[in-house]
Amino acid sequence: MASLRLQQFATRHVGPLGLSVAAGECVCVEGASGSGKTLLLRAIADLDAHRGEAYCDEAACLATAAPVWRRSVALVVAESQWWSAIVGDHFEQGVDADWLARLDLPAAAMSWQVARCSTGERQRLALLRTLMQAPAVLLLDEPTGNLDDENTRRVESLLADYRLQRQAALLWVSHDKGQIERVAQRHFVLDDGQLHEYGQR
Amino acid sequence: MNVVALSPFDLALAALLIVALAGLSWRLRIGSERQLLVSAARSSVQLVLIGLVLKLLFANAYPLWVGLLAAVMLAVAGREVMVRQKRRFVGPWGFAVGTLSMFVSSFAVTVLALLLVIGNDPWYAPQYAIPLLGMILGNTMNGISLGLDRLTQDAAERRQVIESRLALGHDSRRAIAASRREAIRVGMIPIVNAMSAAGIVSLPGMMTGQILAGTPPVEAVKYQILVMFLIAAGTGFGTIVAVSFAARRLFDERERLRLDRLRPPRG
Repeated sequence: MASLRLQQFATRHVGPLGLSVAAGECVCVEGASGSGKTLLLRAIADLDAHRGEAYCDEAACLATAAPVWRRSVALVVAESQWWSAIVGDHFEQGVDADWLARLDLPAAAMSWQVARCSTGERQRLALLRTLMQAPAVLLLDEPTGNLDDENTRRVESLLADYRLQRQAALLWVSHDKGQIERVAQRHFVLDDGQLHEYGQR
Repeated sequence: MNVVALSPFDLALAALLIVALAGLSWRLRIGSERQLLVSAARSSVQLVLIGLVLKLLFANAYPLWVGLLAAVMLAVAGREVMVRQKRRFVGPWGFAVGTLSMFVSSFAVTVLALLLVIGNDPWYAPQYAIPLLGMILGNTMNGISLGLDRLTQDAAERRQVIESRLALGHDSRRAIAASRREAIRVGMIPIVNAMSAAGIVSLPGMMTGQILAGTPPVEAVKYQILVMFLIAAGTGFGTIVAVSFAARRLFDERERLRLDRLRPPRG
């Protein structure tokens, strides 16, 4: 269980801004392409430099070793990346069979060749790969971007259960208004480097 | 020893071959005639100059002069490594990465060979020190520039994969390990090939030169084996040092991949 808090947080083209995502909360961010949503998530994961500070509970990003920070504040990128030929090589701690089934993937998926997976299969597998590391905060960059409606719902439901069971904080970038309705407790628009809460002027 | 001294006419005959090749390159529109002629002229001038320098140096074997020439050779090799990089590090690191690695490996191997293997007195005698250093430096330079080029190219191409691994909490060493290994392997290919083919496919240049100059073949072979091992050691260690050094420089203290530290390729 953990919360995410941004204080005077700024990176290229974004911020300085403040944001709190409580433990067990899902906050969505939308914005025109090029508005810096991906840059914001990358900076929170400390893949890009930032000013101000991000906190996971009370732990400041810059006071935590980078790999430790990235394991607890995990970024899932829109286009999944693989470095070994076999899917299972990317799952060091194995995989939760129940989660596989919930995303409509067979147990044999672990022995699949990455090159023969569809983009959608890869996206679901990449999400599981990150979830297996039990992150406290999830930074999701269009996690259902390549999925059909049915699989989109599967991913949404798995992420909702993960959030509630682990009391994880989710920061979710999405373009899909319907999805934002379904998954988010609060919803922001990123515009001109600033977050504006939706429905509040 | 009976050395057949070469006359300027002999050399001019050989130069005609280069001119003919350049002419053919122009005829076939290969476009390398300029490069060919310029580099042939450049190498002639450089070799004549070094011949004069060595003549002077052999007559006055002061350690300071030997050291100075060695430093100049290192600086030129370092510059060569730098300009051969498609994406080199910006700022002084572009020069320092290759030069420092060559200094560490080439100088260590040369001094080791001079002190322990050859055991001449004085150990820095330029007849031995300068040609040995030159051969080791020349080959190490190749290995390092190949290795560095491969590493930076790989890191740029596999940027998303490397960053995905970082995002999964892998440390930078692990995230770049595959590229690093591959770059070191590529850097060592030429010397491994040269060693396997030596004597069967090719007669190495140094040995050929010694034999032409009248040294008994078996003596020439012994020196060639020595030099080959020294070159392989210098290249191998130098490439490992340079590629590892560069692989660290690709990340900052927060283990972020910093491709902005590389100059984008031209064109």
